[in-house]
Amino acid sequence: MKRISSPEGLETERKRILSARDPNKPCITVCTGTGCHAAGCYPVAEAFREVLKKNGIAGRIDLRNTGCHGFCEKGPLVVVHPQKILYQRVKPEDAEEVVSKTIQKGKTIERLLYEHPASGERIAREDEVPFYKRQRRTIFGDNGNIDPASIEDYLAIGGYKALATALLSMKPVDIIEQVKESGLRGRGGGGFPAGQKWESCRNAAGDKRYVICNADEGDPGAYMDRSLLEGNPHSVLEGMIIGAYAIGASEGYVYVRNEYPLAVKNLRIALDQATEWGFLGGDILGSGFDFSVKINRGGGAFVCGESTAMMASIEGYSGEPRPKHIHTVESGLYDKPTNLNNVETWANVPHIINQGTEWYRRIGTDGSKGTKIFSLVGKVNNTGLVEVPMGITLREIIYDIGGGIIGGKRFKAVQTGGPSGGCVPESLLDLPVDFDRLTEVGSMMGSGGMIVMDENTCMVDVAKYFMNFLKEESCGKCTSCREGTKRMYEVLNRITEGLGQDGDIELLEDLAFVTAEASLCALGGTAPNPVLSTIRYFRDEYEAHIRDKRCPAGVCKALITYRIAPDRCTICGRCQKACPSQAIEGKVKSKKPFKILPEKCIRCGMCYEACKFDAIEVV
Amino acid sequence: MIRFTIDGQEVQAEKGQTILPVALDAGFEIPHLCYNESVKPYGACRLCLVEVRKAGRTRMTTSCTYPVTEGIEVSTQTEGVLRARRLIIELVLAMCPGDDAIREMASELGVEDVRFEKEDKDCILCGLCARVCDEIVGANAIHFARKGSHREMIPPFEKEATTCIACGACVTVCPVDVIGMREDGEERTITRWKRTLKMKQCKVCGNYFAPWFQLEKFRQTANLPKGSFDVCPSCR
Repeated sequence: MKRISSPEGLETERKRILSARDPNKPCITVCTGTGCHAAGCYPVAEAFREVLKKNGIAGRIDLRNTGCHGFCEKGPLVVVHPQKILYQRVKPEDAEEVVSKTIQKGKTIERLLYEHPASGERIAREDEVPFYKRQRRTIFGDNGNIDPASIEDYLAIGGYKALATALLSMKPVDIIEQVKESGLRGRGGGGFPAGQKWESCRNAAGDKRYVICNADEGDPGAYMDRSLLEGNPHSVLEGMIIGAYAIGASEGYVYVRNEYPLAVKNLRIALDQATEWGFLGGDILGSGFDFSVKINRGGGAFVCGESTAMMASIEGYSGEPRPKHIHTVESGLYDKPTNLNNVETWANVPHIINQGTEWYRRIGTDGSKGTKIFSLVGKVNNTGLVEVPMGITLREIIYDIGGGIIGGKRFKAVQTGGPSGGCVPESLLDLPVDFDRLTEVGSMMGSGGMIVMDENTCMVDVAKYFMNFLKEESCGKCTSCREGTKRMYEVLNRITEGLGQDGDIELLEDLAFVTAEASLCALGGTAPNPVLSTIRYFRDEYEAHIRDKRCPAGVCKALITYRIAPDRCTICGRCQKACPSQAIEGKVKSKKPFKILPEKCIRCGMCYEACKFDAIEVV
Repeated sequence: MIRFTIDGQEVQAEKGQTILPVALDAGFEIPHLCYNESVKPYGACRLCLVEVRKAGRTRMTTSCTYPVTEGIEVSTQTEGVLRARRLIIELVLAMCPGDDAIREMASELGVEDVRFEKEDKDCILCGLCARVCDEIVGANAIHFARKGSHREMIPPFEKEATTCIACGACVTVCPVDVIGMREDGEERTITRWKRTLKMKQCKVCGNYFAPWFQLEKFRQTANLPKGSFDVCPSCR
């Protein structure tokens, strides 16, 4: 491929690509995102390839491995185009039938269609499935349509058009003005106005500037940045190149976790292609602008997602934050003006350039514009990645898109914003989700993790889980964060072990105060959120643990006993088989209900899981 | 000159200075452990917290790292500052309950006992030893290792610190005095870093006065002729 050296050249190339493609040609897309990979998508894709080959129709039907579609719960996902029929939980042996029935005869296969859990109705079209229907997939939607390793696919959907517009018909200050006007706020957690950051960086004194893409997504359960980089790496790069031009940066870094091998691989492919085609390197599209991007693989420390720690890490030092009395936009990487944005923030930029601020500002709330991708996980029916307009309520996300709580159980709380976010209770389900409202209720947007918890979740145990994560991930520099998170964990741990004392809640509040107020960076600053928000909304649960030595959710092992209700026991023996410590007495086909021997019971809960008749009680 | 106030009193400072040294010079008492004027401020112990009011916004920050600017209002004794300092010293005291210096400082801040399980650490992880070794000595013999509650100060790979010149700067600077140095005949040992070096004998008095390795490094660094350190400082 010869480098494209002008916007006209780009449009000629795009026309060539599109003219060789028939929009009505059948195409099978197989989601090969992380969730579907785990569910076994590659054998499915291979099966389709063989079926097409065997029947000699490989030339007439396209087969495309795409990035994550988002509906990970139902993977492996296959979508048949142009009708956009969604097949879920597809197995390799289904490939033959999909090709012969759906593609060749236009018939849908009922058993592979999504079944509405309430009505039992089968839904064929992807965009009619409630999970997708209520979303607004501006940033994430293209993931399902393109092969992330193909720059031609990206160009076919209008890729690098925004770059051509920006470089050749906009001045850097105009771009900054447009991003400022759009209201775009940083998607990595802080929610700082992106345009304002760009402007400060552009105006900072210095001859060399850097831009960084923060792809060090480390929150447990969050994988939206990963999926975006894996599924549509060019969109992130395009945003970065536009940003670099606006800011006046000549070099960029993508700091991506090494635990994301596919993201690293696809990004590397995209970088090579973009350089080869002339979207990176010298004199981009004949504009005279030079820009190159390097990949920096992170070693997996959560704190490296903090901007100054990340810059230290890129420089080869250990990932420790430094004071920001002088902002990184003035003195960042190698002490040069540096603009850092998150993956999703960069991916918003081409859309803002292409469709304008008017369009962008119509999405979202007064203070938070645009859409946000959330990773919806936990005790919710439809786990996956969802992109929604800012301002949508938690209820809509969890019930309409997420399909409600698994097993029809009662919703208890949703933890938003990653490990240092907070738990939002049922009474706030109608809260519109945006940066400011989440902060008001003691949680935060963070990078967009959303962990749904049901009635069987112990909130003290949840706070302990997150505090354990944070005490390990604190860099350890500040006494208040290192010792504060460690001691909060110790106190929470003793409460869950039935050793809580009067005054423990106040002690936790003291520790939360010092950790948040006295620590240097945002990790310490937000680390107490899981503790403070659970005390705020679930204080009674803490008190039950401390005073009554009782875990109301039946989770904390030291505070519960398992018992078999004799009237419900069917003497089937399942519990006895499941018990690893021979703690269940009884004989199958006898007339005596089974009984748990408290002295032998290790409270592992295996019997509880095994019993089909709800005969095991937690008291 | 930059003018600002500390607890209502007007003070002056040079551009580039941070609050703590200016406050200490002016006679304000601000507790601190990881600050030493000979090295760059680091902000690890967090004890020197103060409240800074700037452009209508008040925030708590470490005075050792905060660069002074015109007109800021610094408060060293607010309720929040005192509460945070007491909690920090309680956390440090729980780490090193056996340390006299820490006990004394805690007592001064009104903390006599801790509400946590006591550990038996000695190092408070202030990082002064490593900063002196890097910035002043240039030997870079010790470093922080690991993160979170596993953080510790060690020589590389927990082996003998092979670039250590046994100069004892770390021994001098340690605020809790836990880096031991022993001289035994012609040998000097920095016990914590497991480093033992042979010392040079003064040509005049015959006393062993400094490790060969150290003197040689200093001689080379300062580009001095051979024999520059043949005589000990007392006899020179």
